[in-house]
Amino acid sequence: MSDKIKITIDGKAIEAELGQTILEAADAAGIYIPRLCAHKDLLPIGSCRVCTVIVDGRPQASCVKPVMDGMVIENDTEELLQHRRNIIDMMFVEGNHFCMFCEKSGNCELQALAYRFGITAPQYPFQFPEKDVDASHPDILLDHNRCIMCARCVRASQELDGKNVFQSIGRGFDRKIGVNGEKALGDTDMDVNDKAADICPVGCIIKKRVGFETPYGERLYDKEPIGSDIEKGATA
Amino acid sequence: MSEMKAVVNNICKEFGNDRTRLMDIVRGVQEKLGYVPPEAFELIAEKAHTHRVEVESVVSFYAFLSDKKRGKMVIRLCDDIIDRFQGGEDVAKALSKELGIGFGETTEDGKVTLEKTACIGMSDQAPAMMVNDVMVTNLTVEKIPEIIAKLRETEDPQSLVTECGDSNNAHELVRAMVNNNIREGGPVILSNHRRGGGLRKALTQTPEEVIEDVKGAGLRGRGGAGFLTGFKWELTRKAAGTEKFVLCNADEGEPGTFKDRVLLTERPDLMLEGMTVAAYAIGAETGIIYLRAEYAYLRAFLEDVLNRRREDNLLGINILGNEGFNFDVRIQMGAGAYVCGEETSLIKSCEGTRGDPTDRTPFPVVAGYMVSPTAVNNVESYCCAARIMDMGAGWFSSIGTARSAGTKVLSVCGDCDRPGIYEVPFGTKLRDLLQRVGAEDVAAVQVGGPSGQMVGPAQFDQEISFEELATGGAIMIFSNQRDILEVVEAFMEFFVDESCGYCVPCRVGNVLLKSRIARVRNGEGSPDDLAYLHRLGESVKRMSRCGLGQTSPNPVLSTLKNFRPVYNALVRENTTGRLKSFHIMKAVEQASQIADRRSEVFHA
Repeated sequence: MSDKIKITIDGKAIEAELGQTILEAADAAGIYIPRLCAHKDLLPIGSCRVCTVIVDGRPQASCVKPVMDGMVIENDTEELLQHRRNIIDMMFVEGNHFCMFCEKSGNCELQALAYRFGITAPQYPFQFPEKDVDASHPDILLDHNRCIMCARCVRASQELDGKNVFQSIGRGFDRKIGVNGEKALGDTDMDVNDKAADICPVGCIIKKRVGFETPYGERLYDKEPIGSDIEKGATA
Repeated sequence: MSEMKAVVNNICKEFGNDRTRLMDIVRGVQEKLGYVPPEAFELIAEKAHTHRVEVESVVSFYAFLSDKKRGKMVIRLCDDIIDRFQGGEDVAKALSKELGIGFGETTEDGKVTLEKTACIGMSDQAPAMMVNDVMVTNLTVEKIPEIIAKLRETEDPQSLVTECGDSNNAHELVRAMVNNNIREGGPVILSNHRRGGGLRKALTQTPEEVIEDVKGAGLRGRGGAGFLTGFKWELTRKAAGTEKFVLCNADEGEPGTFKDRVLLTERPDLMLEGMTVAAYAIGAETGIIYLRAEYAYLRAFLEDVLNRRREDNLLGINILGNEGFNFDVRIQMGAGAYVCGEETSLIKSCEGTRGDPTDRTPFPVVAGYMVSPTAVNNVESYCCAARIMDMGAGWFSSIGTARSAGTKVLSVCGDCDRPGIYEVPFGTKLRDLLQRVGAEDVAAVQVGGPSGQMVGPAQFDQEISFEELATGGAIMIFSNQRDILEVVEAFMEFFVDESCGYCVPCRVGNVLLKSRIARVRNGEGSPDDLAYLHRLGESVKRMSRCGLGQTSPNPVLSTLKNFRPVYNALVRENTTGRLKSFHIMKAVEQASQIADRRSEVFHA
């Protein structure tokens, strides 16, 4: 069916298919490359940079970089671990995150990544930016304090829901997720059953009236570290 | 409200209700109404077949676009470090005082809005500002009252131009007070040459032969990256696709760089000749000049050059009688975004969206503008290509060094007697250049602008070339009277302002770098802070998505390397275990305000 090629990740030879990204090939081989903005149902955009690997000496976001025969890839190195940790820290300090009472705690991919990296507190100073909370929608809460600008919601709305509810606005540190309405999310055609309502890796998009249905301690990443499913699912 | 509707309708219609011309549409609306009102978003979206939030996304991205009502005249004072060192901060105060408003504000009568902006490409005649599209150079505190009085009286920024600059700056379609300041010409670009000679010769060859010549000449991209131009053309030619494009990067945004301003003023035909050669070589019928918003004062002049070339059959159908060779060029105006100098951002901007860069697999040579094979080259690169066609690859490669053929047009500014344009052969030693420009007591030179590197006297014997000191044109000179870290902080401020915010390391990392540099400058840093700056800088450099983030830590990293004693003199080992940068009074200030009482323990 597809063309099989060979690549090497951290010295381990694995088989990949042409057309796959490095991330997809690694997943299939049971090698976990940490990621945040990437999602299996969405086109990759390479914005968080957590999944950066070194390909033939050059840093590349593995979620967007297609595999090529003979690629030599570094993933689990001291240098990359440090850089990835630094990026995760950056995401914590650029927003206002409060894991201890966030509805997403335990299901949050940012929190889970921090645990996997052994981060107990970010090394950078908190920036404490002033961010909006948009509660205008009857069923959905949009809390920009917890947004990491992964644009999953932007893509999910376009690619999975056939809508265009979200888009990035502004630039630089003031960049934020805007909504396709006059003022707020309530002015858009967002529906609580939209795929975009379920795709947020952090606690920015929260559904109303269903909070804490699963208690802390029994949630996805309370049980095992993020990436475990990939590492266990090794087919090779 | 109905006026707004009519304006939007007309402008959308003018651009064929085409979503990919959204940049022109919102620029057009702003030109007519002074801003792009949020009420217009929906209407524009409807006409141009897009979504309201997409329009907001574009308007909120570009510094020169605004969704808030502004004055009839917008003053944008250049806030580059070169301008600041030449008295720009005093000029800023004088402007503020004379207008009675702060920066970011509009006068009560709605006439003038006052803003600061990044380098406007006038570093050789700083301080400078723009009033709408009009450049006002060589500002002094003394001139400000008269300038403001005149603006109030005439409400016409052009009235400030009482004397035009040299050469084409005095052209009736330019009429700018800008001066070229060409100090030294070189054999390739700033010398006399036959008009059209290169194109005529190119048309006697096959496209493949043209590409071989450009490759053989060893021409490398003049924007700074130094990619082999001929190779880029070859990839574009060979890429699959029925439609191909030639784009010219005239978005000269690197602070301290102004050589393209002069080339656009004095060598527009040579640039267009190079673009036409490129079109012939790769098989393109459409070209775009992406002109930075700051150079809008050259737009009418450039449109006229295009028209003349059409009349002379140097553009258009069957160029110079060459059956089937059709090529024409349009100008795409930018709207104030440094990142759009990055080729993938530039392409997005030409397509009418915000200028977020895209991933470079695929590369633009394969899938660029409109997902078609696209060659993006710098203004100067096209000029060089035209000259290579005329004079031969061997002639070109005989100038310069082994791996850096030809000359480089440099824009020299800062602490020297003769700032301006110097076209020098690659391989020229920095020390020689400093002597020629009349720079004494030089402490540091920023080669290549903020994204380049800062070098000290120990590196002055290096040569200007891709091998040693690479530059897209900027040479910023700082005397030993200047505070190096003030420069570094200003550069980091620039990158914070200009980051598109797409990827985490650039969006956040630059903010963190800037604030830590400020801590060190304030004398509140310890040696640990230097290690922190280094680690953080490396992460931003290695992990960022595009060239902006990959080079933004360079001011920090290159000074940590080349000016370590400056840092060492400022930091002290922390022996108390308490952070010197932590101020308890400041920390409790907000809480005191909220509680409406002062702290019992910590108060003055």
